[in-house]
Amino acid sequence: MSALDIRNVTKAYGPTTVLDDISLRAESNEFIAFLGPSGCGKTTLLRMVAGLETVDSGQIHIGGQRIDELAPGERGVAMVFQHYALYPHMTIRENMAFGLKNIKISKTEIDARIAEAARILEIEPFLDKKPGQLSGGQKQRVAIGRAIVKKPDIFLFDEPLSNLDAALRMRTRLELAQLRRRLKATMILVTHDQVEAMTLADRIVVMYGRKIQQVGTPMEIYGQPANRFVASFVGSPPMNFMPVTVTGTPSVVTLRDGTVLTTAIANLPESASWELGLRPENVRVNDTGVSAKVEFVERLGERALIYARLSDGTAITAEDVGLSRLTIGDEVHLSIDAQAAHLFDADGRGYHAEAA
Amino acid sequence: MLSAKAKTQFGNFLFVAPYLFVFAWLLVWPLMSGMGLSLFKADLFGGATFVGFENYARLMSDPVFLQAVGNTFLFVLLCVPPLAIIPLLLALLLNRSTRTAAFFRGVFFSSSVLSVTIVTLIWRMVLIPDGGFVANILAVFGLPPIPFFSDPGIVMGSMAIITVWWCLGLPMMLYLSALQQVPQDIYEAAALDNSRWWTTLTRITLPSISRTVVLVVIMQCVLQFQLFGQPQLITQGGPNGASRPIVLFIFEVGFRRWDIGYAAAASQILFAIILLVTLGQYLLSRKRTGDA
Repeated sequence: MSALDIRNVTKAYGPTTVLDDISLRAESNEFIAFLGPSGCGKTTLLRMVAGLETVDSGQIHIGGQRIDELAPGERGVAMVFQHYALYPHMTIRENMAFGLKNIKISKTEIDARIAEAARILEIEPFLDKKPGQLSGGQKQRVAIGRAIVKKPDIFLFDEPLSNLDAALRMRTRLELAQLRRRLKATMILVTHDQVEAMTLADRIVVMYGRKIQQVGTPMEIYGQPANRFVASFVGSPPMNFMPVTVTGTPSVVTLRDGTVLTTAIANLPESASWELGLRPENVRVNDTGVSAKVEFVERLGERALIYARLSDGTAITAEDVGLSRLTIGDEVHLSIDAQAAHLFDADGRGYHAEAA
Repeated sequence: MLSAKAKTQFGNFLFVAPYLFVFAWLLVWPLMSGMGLSLFKADLFGGATFVGFENYARLMSDPVFLQAVGNTFLFVLLCVPPLAIIPLLLALLLNRSTRTAAFFRGVFFSSSVLSVTIVTLIWRMVLIPDGGFVANILAVFGLPPIPFFSDPGIVMGSMAIITVWWCLGLPMMLYLSALQQVPQDIYEAAALDNSRWWTTLTRITLPSISRTVVLVVIMQCVLQFQLFGQPQLITQGGPNGASRPIVLFIFEVGFRRWDIGYAAAASQILFAIILLVTLGQYLLSRKRTGDA
């Protein structure tokens, strides 16, 4: 029995369909991330699980029970909101107790649960303060604490880290991962940040254009992107895409500038056109290889990103060592690791080497 | 030589000077001269004699004035609670983005734009025992008409009904704008926290708009202590002074009997009452909301 079972769910606002026939299962204690660009419907899907949006058609089950017709409070879920949504006039303790009082849990039990959550999240010193007196990171912990005390079947996180500054975001991400290990609960995280999704989730659900594009472990998503969108969305800097012609099997491809590459991808079907997908880490500046002209250099410290153009004008991003001396206008040679390449057919479907 | 800082400050002062001048001329000066005037026995067209606090002493033993003070307090007590609560209920009902809600927001606000003359004309037609709207309805059920304006025990209630109808638009708008300031996600969090309608209202909504509630109550107290037009136009303070508020007393003393020193003294007492009530409410509300 799945912890969460979303069956053929559809949602439209007026004439605009935002979610089209979405089905998804999450197992018990699994951490799932909904990843996608703004407006892909990921938050809407989360809010439908929470009961904050209605379901136009389809069903949602939690622990085997159908919940899409229940009130939000009766679904056994707890949500951490993007802007925390703490009650500003209540103390932190009252914020955490509010939901428990409403379902008539005894005072001793409430106190025990708050004490436990406060200990885990290290928010004991703030319990009698009000949200306005807390920093963003502290509010975020309180919001998580308010979810923990409810002992929900599923935790829902709506972009919980997007309001924090970069340093705090990284620390909170780590804490969230540790918390997850300690709580052993099913968690769903909505994010547009691929690093969050990659580092926290057991499985990532990549969403785009009203549909689920791919469901898989972080390494499956990264290594075997189901289609061109997933390949371009996951990975930073994004994957290089170059039009190629397939000229042999196992797939030998020819770039527009005439370079011939032998990939490890077998059994390609017929397609009107092909695109080669290469991650920048598989294209390195070298003494020999494809020649290209440097257009821009981004020095990141431990590595440098080289934005260049092949002789036929195709844009390509390559990696060089952190101490790269390249400057704009330099002629370079790029060695391409064709064994790690991906191919995308005319419909955008991805094909990968077996071992990848 | 002026220092650079002093120059800047003088420049800043020039910007507020026009306002300060008008404020001092039209508000501070009349207030002060009114206070001064209250210490004189003065006639509107004659000389003035300094009498110290005698006007105040006279007021304290003037049964007409004391009755007017009582009437005014009764009116405020009858008026302000409904003017704090009914607009809140309306705002809660109409705080949504449908066309119907927008229409009714307009309807309930429309009475506020009418002048007191129109308001009293309308309500005279509604309440007058001789062929008024209410009397006609009562007659259908075979009941006698209610003397809304001629029974001393009822007349202030009638004034309160008229005033509530007239004045509820602005508090409703204030409540609506306060409600729209409350972040929607707090309500969503409350829904996930199993909060029922009543709990959400009392634990989430009301605390979130408490400042506006205080503002509405203070504003309505200040306004309703100055009741004048409604009794002046409908009953002229009758029957037997039962609907004469303080401002009507001041008007009669000052502009009918021309005893402006005495009227000024009554004005100062009204000013003091309003100031005390306002301050009291402000302090009370600060204490209750604590250090938040």
